[in-house]
Amino acid sequence: MIIADRKPLAELLDMVRDCDRILIIGCKGCVTVCNVGGAKEVGILASALKIARKKEGRPLEVDERTIERQCDPEYIEQVRNEVGGYDAVISMACGVGPQFLSKAYPEQRFYPAVNTTSFGGAVQHGVWEERCAGCGQCVIHYFGGMCPIARCSKSLLNGPCGGSAGGKCEISKDVDCIWDMIVRKKMEEGRLEDLLDVKPPKSWDTARDGGPRRSVREELVQ
Amino acid sequence: MSDLKSGSNLEKVLRAGHFAFTGECGPPKGVNVEHLKEKVAHLKGVVDAVNVTDNQTAVVRMSSWAASTLMLQEGVEPNFQMVCRDRNRLAIMSDILGVSAMGIRNMLCLSGDHQRFGNHPQSKNVYDIDSMQLIALVKKMRDEGVFMNDEEIDVPPRLFVGAAANPFAEPHEFRVHRLAKKVAAGADFIQTQCIYNMERFRGFMKQVVDMGLHEKCAILAGVTPMKSVGMAKYMGKMVPGMDVPDELIQRLQGAGKGKVAEEGIRFALEQIQEFQEMEGVAGVHLMAIEWEHRVPEIAERAGMLPRPVV
Repeated sequence: MIIADRKPLAELLDMVRDCDRILIIGCKGCVTVCNVGGAKEVGILASALKIARKKEGRPLEVDERTIERQCDPEYIEQVRNEVGGYDAVISMACGVGPQFLSKAYPEQRFYPAVNTTSFGGAVQHGVWEERCAGCGQCVIHYFGGMCPIARCSKSLLNGPCGGSAGGKCEISKDVDCIWDMIVRKKMEEGRLEDLLDVKPPKSWDTARDGGPRRSVREELVQ
Repeated sequence: MSDLKSGSNLEKVLRAGHFAFTGECGPPKGVNVEHLKEKVAHLKGVVDAVNVTDNQTAVVRMSSWAASTLMLQEGVEPNFQMVCRDRNRLAIMSDILGVSAMGIRNMLCLSGDHQRFGNHPQSKNVYDIDSMQLIALVKKMRDEGVFMNDEEIDVPPRLFVGAAANPFAEPHEFRVHRLAKKVAAGADFIQTQCIYNMERFRGFMKQVVDMGLHEKCAILAGVTPMKSVGMAKYMGKMVPGMDVPDELIQRLQGAGKGKVAEEGIRFALEQIQEFQEMEGVAGVHLMAIEWEHRVPEIAERAGMLPRPVV
């Protein structure tokens, strides 16, 4: 899923500093699963904004709404009669949500409440980690089911580099060295030979480097 | 020696069977050419080639190719370092052509420290290709006369291709295999990370010799004299992939006030002595960081002078 972190309250307060009445729209997709932009978090943010503005002596009226997904025009359409009545609208979806909303309702101002960080999953309760860089050409099967593009700080295809120590990456002791994990798994499997050939340079033309990506399912296009 | 790959002094010294001795010099944080020349002057005639670092530890400095060119003008052979962190394959290939055109004949291929360490941690990193692929690329351009995309090069570059190896990084069991990959990719010579744990290095070299890697590629052992106890502790604790045994720290501590640097040099001299006798080691790479003025003395005491003229 897509993982995001909420922006600091101060940044959000600054976004809506000239507003008296706003709407916060949550999303029941990925951001609900990673506990950052679902109905519950919409409620928490609404309260926090209201309390902060009340303290300033300039009360803010905040309405709440959470839709099925903000990456689908069908659901974006459901708020057509609501978004016009506010000074601004905050989207708690990933970076896709405010863009779909802005496209559908060009007369309204939409602000992102979260910073979208990565594609990944939960590794323990309350902790999510990146697993995929969306490079457009999956290679994890060469590396014991682990992605060095997303998980090596240098995206090395022929790691580990000289900075790997104690199973950790040179950039931080909080970051696992994925190449350490790949090598150890291959050694345990007795398949070290899988890593002995020099992997050739990757073509990045399917990644973001090749320009914005578009996926088309011909059978569905009308 | 018409079949030389690059014709560099380092290549010729190694080809002639001499024990190579290389140094290192960081470009200035500015255009202080005079200071660079001063540092280079200490190394002239004392080493076979001098590594010119490329924004080492991700701190911005004068470009390594420009500093290498200045070094050439001073009559000292550079070993141009290139990291994959700051350039995509287009910039890499054009710089390879550029340095060769300027007369630079050695190139060390590195991944590069992550920019998180440096003075611009906000920067975007590139890593379009990695150090292994860089080695293969330089070799391909030189030997096949084509770019990565197989298009013909109008007069190919001539470079003696170097790479780094860290016998002390983890997983230890994989390190010799990674070296083997670099040799297979096309490395002509290897310079190792600074060695302090001699026991472990002996084990590593035994693996290297058992696999016959030393016959395909010249291995230069990395030496950095410890200047102080603080430096030894810092390198052991703070530098990832560095192995500084406690015995060495104790030895430096035991040297007494004002004598630690001399003890550090003595340890380096003992290392160089052993490397000269160690099977598979073809030379020493002396990284005397901001200590260039001490290199002539170290070289003299290590019996490395005069350097062979080939």
